[in-house]
Amino acid sequence: MQILFQYATPRQFMRISGALLPFTAAAAALAVVLGLWLGFTAPPDYQQGATVTIMFIHVPAAILAEGIYALIALFSLFSLVWRHPLSDVAARAAAPLGALFTALGLVTGSLWGRPMWGTYWVWDARLTSFLLLLFLYLGYMALWNAIEDEIRAARACAILALIGAVNLPIIVYSVEWWNTLHQGESIISGKLAPVFLWPLLVMIAAYGLLFATLWMIRIRTEILKRRARTLMMSGS
Amino acid sequence: MSAFTALLVRDLRLAARSGGSAALALGFFALVATLVPLGIGADLKLLARVAGGVLWVAALLAALLSLDRLFQGDFEDGSLDVIALSPLPLESVSQAKILAHWLSTGLPLTVLSPLLALLFNLPGPATLVLVISLLIGTPAVSAVGAIGASLTLSLRRGGLILPLIVLPLLTPAVIFGAGSVAAVMDGMAPSGGLGLLAAFAVAACLLSPFAAAGAVRLNLGG
Amino acid sequence: MSFWQMGGYGDYIWPAYGVSALGLLAAIVWTLKAHGDAKARLKALEEKKA
Repeated sequence: MQILFQYATPRQFMRISGALLPFTAAAAALAVVLGLWLGFTAPPDYQQGATVTIMFIHVPAAILAEGIYALIALFSLFSLVWRHPLSDVAARAAAPLGALFTALGLVTGSLWGRPMWGTYWVWDARLTSFLLLLFLYLGYMALWNAIEDEIRAARACAILALIGAVNLPIIVYSVEWWNTLHQGESIISGKLAPVFLWPLLVMIAAYGLLFATLWMIRIRTEILKRRARTLMMSGS
Repeated sequence: MSAFTALLVRDLRLAARSGGSAALALGFFALVATLVPLGIGADLKLLARVAGGVLWVAALLAALLSLDRLFQGDFEDGSLDVIALSPLPLESVSQAKILAHWLSTGLPLTVLSPLLALLFNLPGPATLVLVISLLIGTPAVSAVGAIGASLTLSLRRGGLILPLIVLPLLTPAVIFGAGSVAAVMDGMAPSGGLGLLAAFAVAACLLSPFAAAGAVRLNLGG
Repeated sequence: MSFWQMGGYGDYIWPAYGVSALGLLAAIVWTLKAHGDAKARLKALEEKKA
C-alpha cells in the first residue's frame, strides 16, 4: 500500500489524469447520446407505461450517490491510516458531485413516483434513505468549509466520513424497518425486462464516466490551487 | 477516587454550576412539548398518536443544546491540554464526558418524559415503553453527539454545524425509539424496536469514545 | 400519441430529464470555470515570480 501511494503523487496524478481526460470526456458524451437514444426508443412498460423512461436517469443517479459516498469513505481511510494528502483532495473533490447526484436521484424519484402514488412524496424507504444521505453529504461539506486549517479539516472530515459510512447501512436498515411498520410502498419491484436493461446500463456508464471526468478535473483544480498557495507563501 | 471518577464529578459540577444545563434542557423539552399541541390542535386521539415521535424528537433536540460545550469549554481555557497530558487516555476522558453529559441531560429528560406523555394523553403501557426507550436511547445521543462535539470543538460557531452533522447519524435512534412506542399503540410487541435501539446504543457507546478521542487529538496536535 | 406526450406522462418525464440536464450542465460549467480560474491564478503568480 505504502509503495502504491509513493506513485500517487500530485505530479503523477496530473500526468495520468491529463492523458485520460479527453478519453473519459468523449466516452461520457458518446454514452449519454447512445443511452438517451436507446432509452427513448424503448417500448413503454406494461405496468408503468412511459414513466419507465425516468428510471434511466433515476437509477444511475442513485447508484452514483451511494457509490461516491463509499469512495469518499475509502479515500478518508487512506488519508487517516496512511496520511496520504492526495486522498484528502480526492475525497473533498468528490463530495459536491455526490450531493448533486443524490439531489438528482431524489427529484427524479419523486417525479417518477408522482403518477404512481398520486403525490410527489410518500416517504418511500428508498427516497427517505436518499434524503438522509443528502444530509450526510451536506454535513460533510459544511465541516470542510467550517474548519480553516486545511490539515485539521481533512482529518476531521475523514473521521466524519468513516462514521457516516459505518452508520449508513444502519440508517438504511432502520428506515426500511420503519417503512414496514407504517406500510409503505416502493416503485421498483420485480425483474427488469432486457429492453430496459440495455439503456439503463449505458446510462449508468454515462453517469459514471461523467463523474470520473469531473472528479479528475476537480482534483486537478485543487492541486493547482495548492501550488499557487505554496508560491504565495514562498514569495512573501 | 480514580482519575475517571474525578473527571466525571468535575464535569457534573461544572454542568450544574454553569446555569444548570439539565434545567435548560428540561425547560426546552417541556416547551417544545407544550408548543406542539398548540400547533397541531388539541385532538387527544391525534396527540396520543404523535406523542412517541414528538417527545423523542424534542428530547433529542434538547440533548443537543448543551452538546457543543462538551469539549469546547475545556479546549478554550486550556484545561483540555492538561487533561490530555494526564495518564488517563483520551478514550476514557471521552467516556467520562459522555457519561457526564448523559447524567446531566439524558437522564433528567427521561425522568420528565412521563409527565409530558400525560399532556399528550399517551396510554400507560405506551408511556412505559417511551420511558424505557429514552433510557436506552439517550446514551446513544450523548455518545454520537460527543463525536460531533469533538469534531467541531475548535470552531467558534460549532453549535450551528453540530446538529447538521449529528442529527442524520441519530435517525436510527429516533426511528427505533418512537417506533417501539408506535408498536405498542398498534397493539404489537415493542421488544423488536427496543432490542434494535439497545443494539444501536451499545454500538454507539462502544465505538464513539475512540472516534471522539481521535478528533480531540487532531485538534490538540499541531 | 406524440413523442412529447410520452403516453400521457410527459408532465413528469420532461421535468425529470430537464432537472437532470440542468444539474449536470451546471456541475460541468462550474467545474470548468473553477479549473480555469485556478489555472489563470497560478500562471499569474508564476509570471510575477519569473
